[in-house]
Amino acid sequence: MNQITITHILFVSTALFFIGMYGLFTRRNMITMLMSVELILNSVNINFVAFNKYLYPQNLDGIFFTIFIITIAAAEAAVAISIIINLYRSHQSIDVDDASEMKY
Amino acid sequence: MSQTIFYILASLSIISALFVVFSKIPIYSVLWLIVCFFTIAGHYVMLNAQFMAIVHIIVYAGAIMVLFLFTVMLLNLNKESEPHKRTYLKFAAILSAGVLFLTLLAAFKSTNLTPYQLPEVNEVGYIQNVGIKLFTDYLLPFEISSILFLSAMIGAVVLAKKEK
Repeated sequence: MNQITITHILFVSTALFFIGMYGLFTRRNMITMLMSVELILNSVNINFVAFNKYLYPQNLDGIFFTIFIITIAAAEAAVAISIIINLYRSHQSIDVDDASEMKY
Repeated sequence: MSQTIFYILASLSIISALFVVFSKIPIYSVLWLIVCFFTIAGHYVMLNAQFMAIVHIIVYAGAIMVLFLFTVMLLNLNKESEPHKRTYLKFAAILSAGVLFLTLLAAFKSTNLTPYQLPEVNEVGYIQNVGIKLFTDYLLPFEISSILFLSAMIGAVVLAKKEK
């Protein structure tokens, strides 16, 4: 079980984080951008659980951080999707470049 | 044995995350994201956090992804409608994400993170320990998150309501 060091898990979570960051930069579809944000949050969750297991296995604090991050992610997804639906209703698209009234 | 499982899970999660970002049709990226979440739950099981794996599957694959799927179907995004983004932005994204990624990887390789080899927590009362700690030490964040959910629910209803 201890063959897998924490560096391996940090590699996976870093890769997920930067894949999500790339998606957030390059996609214009708001739903896909929101999914990239979820990927980023999940990479952070993996980090918390991994550090909790490898460095402080007698505590449970990393688990609680992950639980609250999941909670906030759920609330954030609900509010963001309602904003997306509202945007679609007024612009007939969810392209971020179409919603540029407040840009200037 | 666990090492092979870890490598399979890691490659699966990275490949499915890449498909999420690179697939042009939104419903495919939602489905690949569900695959990615299941592999992340597998990582949690490997990290000895079974309760987190269950919560993750229920909340993400069960609730959030259903919300995404309904939205994609409701907004009728089932077609490839995304024009190309400007190339300099793509270049900037590749540059920033790749350079930061390489820097962090180099940092991880050079630091010597030796884990403490402490005895494992008693596995039997794991969920019991989580519950006791959640309702004693973490009681205030727990209650605040319930208020957060209430406000998120009201906010979602108010935002998505049709204007007269």
